[in-house]
Amino acid sequence: MEPNRVQLPLLIGWPGTSNRHPASNRWVSTLNAQASKIQDYGIIGDCRSAALISARGSLDWLCWPRFDSPSIFAALLDNEKGGFWRIAPTGHFEVKRSYVENTNVLETRFSCPQGDATLTDLIPVASEEHKRNLLWPTHELLRQVRCTRGEIEIEVVFHPRAKYGSSCVRLKKLQGIGLRMDVGRGAYWLRSSAPLTIRDDHARLTIALKQDEMLQFSLSYAEESPAVLPLLGEDVEHRIERSVSWWREWAARCTYRGPYQRALVRSALTLKLLAYAPSGAIVAAATTSLPEVLGGDLNWDYRYCWLRDASFTVRALLGLGYREEAGSFIDWLLLATHITQPELRVLYDLYGGLAPREHSLQHLSGYLGSRPVRIGNGAREQLQLDIYGEVINAAYFYARHGGKLEGAMQKALIGFGREVAAKWDHPDEGIWEPRSGRRNNTNSRLMCWVALDRLLELAKSGNFGAAPVELFQRERENIRHQLQSRAWNQQLQSYVSVLDGDEVDATLLLIPWYGFENAGSERMRSTSQRVRRRLGAGDGLLYRYPRTPPEGAFGICSFWLAEYLALGGGSLEQASAQFDNALKHQNDLGLFSEEIIPGTGDAVGNFPQAFTHVGVISAALTLQEQADKIRATQGRE
Amino acid sequence: MNWSGWLLWGFVATVVESTISAGTQGLGLTRMNLPYILGTLFTPNRERAKLYGLAVHLFFGWVFSLVYILIFQSLGVAGWWRGALIGLVHAMFVLVAVMAVLPGTHPRMASEQHGPAAHRLLEPPGFMGLHYGVRTPIAVLASHAIFGVILGVFYRLK
Repeated sequence: MEPNRVQLPLLIGWPGTSNRHPASNRWVSTLNAQASKIQDYGIIGDCRSAALISARGSLDWLCWPRFDSPSIFAALLDNEKGGFWRIAPTGHFEVKRSYVENTNVLETRFSCPQGDATLTDLIPVASEEHKRNLLWPTHELLRQVRCTRGEIEIEVVFHPRAKYGSSCVRLKKLQGIGLRMDVGRGAYWLRSSAPLTIRDDHARLTIALKQDEMLQFSLSYAEESPAVLPLLGEDVEHRIERSVSWWREWAARCTYRGPYQRALVRSALTLKLLAYAPSGAIVAAATTSLPEVLGGDLNWDYRYCWLRDASFTVRALLGLGYREEAGSFIDWLLLATHITQPELRVLYDLYGGLAPREHSLQHLSGYLGSRPVRIGNGAREQLQLDIYGEVINAAYFYARHGGKLEGAMQKALIGFGREVAAKWDHPDEGIWEPRSGRRNNTNSRLMCWVALDRLLELAKSGNFGAAPVELFQRERENIRHQLQSRAWNQQLQSYVSVLDGDEVDATLLLIPWYGFENAGSERMRSTSQRVRRRLGAGDGLLYRYPRTPPEGAFGICSFWLAEYLALGGGSLEQASAQFDNALKHQNDLGLFSEEIIPGTGDAVGNFPQAFTHVGVISAALTLQEQADKIRATQGRE
Repeated sequence: MNWSGWLLWGFVATVVESTISAGTQGLGLTRMNLPYILGTLFTPNRERAKLYGLAVHLFFGWVFSLVYILIFQSLGVAGWWRGALIGLVHAMFVLVAVMAVLPGTHPRMASEQHGPAAHRLLEPPGFMGLHYGVRTPIAVLASHAIFGVILGVFYRLK
């Protein structure tokens, strides 16, 4: 795979952004991470946790043992206090990077005048059977840097900070074994192929590598002793090969064969990274508090499972042929919602518990000064009625793709349906989770309609004998009537985001996708025109709703527009053009954040964001389906 | 010798000691998982090792309780503090002597001097098991003392 070149602008105003010592003109390192743009990060993971690594070779985000655990590296959110682990050349260098094809193994290639080096980063993965037969560390991250040309001086700075940077970490050197760090109830082990020098709370090494020479590092974590201490040397190469094979085998199961295969496989691999394998939960993103507005306070913790996002993800993975992951999520869903059924919470933790209460980490300065940094999420208290529709729609898709909905699941789904029938007319916070109170959101009503409609479809198939069909039919019609009368603004000739309102939001583009109205209807055509006029941000981007001052354009909305056009709101060519435009905003590794700043194209919001990648997959699948339909029609003619 | 008393209270004391050991790990007092150490003598499979290790631990706990009983019998008296004292001596033996020879005898444990090698990847315990957490000695001393107390209080001499 041809790697992509990354521009590395230094972000002005941050300490540690230059590593040239002004007086001596010698290269010296600082103990600060160098702030990077959000899109300059790549992600690695093992479906349990994830790490973000900048194009400068700095590991700036890692939470162990799971996505929502406290961090050990968090320079992403404070480059002085957060902690980081940098492996990079000492002088000026250029960077190209890529994933090893169809894997989540990241390669960063440094080029200096005197030589080149490749840094390989991964969290090793293997089959459960393989793990059972070997001593396998419960959590490990591998970093290997190899000189590929000439000679290159590499500097390694290992500076962990525990609990979101609030605590120093004492490094203890044990001869023959490595560095041990006791943090809370767990211990980290750093093993390296060359000795590091410990200085206070960090360790470092500067070494010149000649062609084919390399350095290897293994960072592992265990809450149970004896920990497994991974081997270095050839064994690292084996773990890399095994991980590459594992990811490739997984990627090969993707059934999509079309023009966007590369983008779809990357999106699927990213979604797979965000699925927590031990429980089947799917997190919205691997990070917290990457800002929606640079320097602003719209900073949220996304390391939990939003039922909406997860349901979208299941639908996308099913569309690509990944039934096993969908089945795991369906199982998790039943377990997670068991206590609250028939009510659904907006988000859950990885094992189905209530997500933690939101609070701020005052000691962190935030990404580019975007404070506060929050952990936990206040949306857990919100009412978002659309999630009933998303969950039921995901189960409906699962059944349509051959999945079996067991009796307990059927009972749960019918319970959700009854809840919808009783509550659909209530105001709620809705999909965008504003903190400004509840409203009569059109999208929430639409999704309540979807919930009842899909349950009635399932009932038609002969299952769901206990479903109160008449109740569901009656309420479905009541919702339809309300949407067609009060969500439609006759004066504006547009559907609107709130009943009897006069503004639009991007979710209105989804009305045809859910089968409520044809994409080509007069109402939808005029609505889409208004959406594009009011929310268009240029270059194929859309804001999610009107906001002053504007935040970034919302990634998934651009793909919703492509889907709308493909479904009959425009031509297939227009849809493809819109999709191509939207796809341009991925980073050099094919990753999307939540939002994109129009004009600069910079990523904002948590990263990488499952929701946006779901949009990529869903839109590409719709484009493919529509193209197939057109071909089939032409064939008949 | 009260054989039925040994069989009963030896088993009870072992179960309680195993529970306390697991509890100290769960509460974060130590990372040490003794069943896992014992089980990896037989298999690298983590889950299976814990199961085997628990069985081995229960069996040997039962056997070791016989030593306590024999000491009570030879002294001609039992009692809680004597049990606790024997338990503390037992724990010190485990911490100082057994932990020291473990890397050399356990087929899957790495050597402190030479580090991990193929098939020997388990972290060595260090002096008094301190690599497994600084409060490991406290956990081991406490669980063994309670083991001895149960035997000292409930075992009836014959």
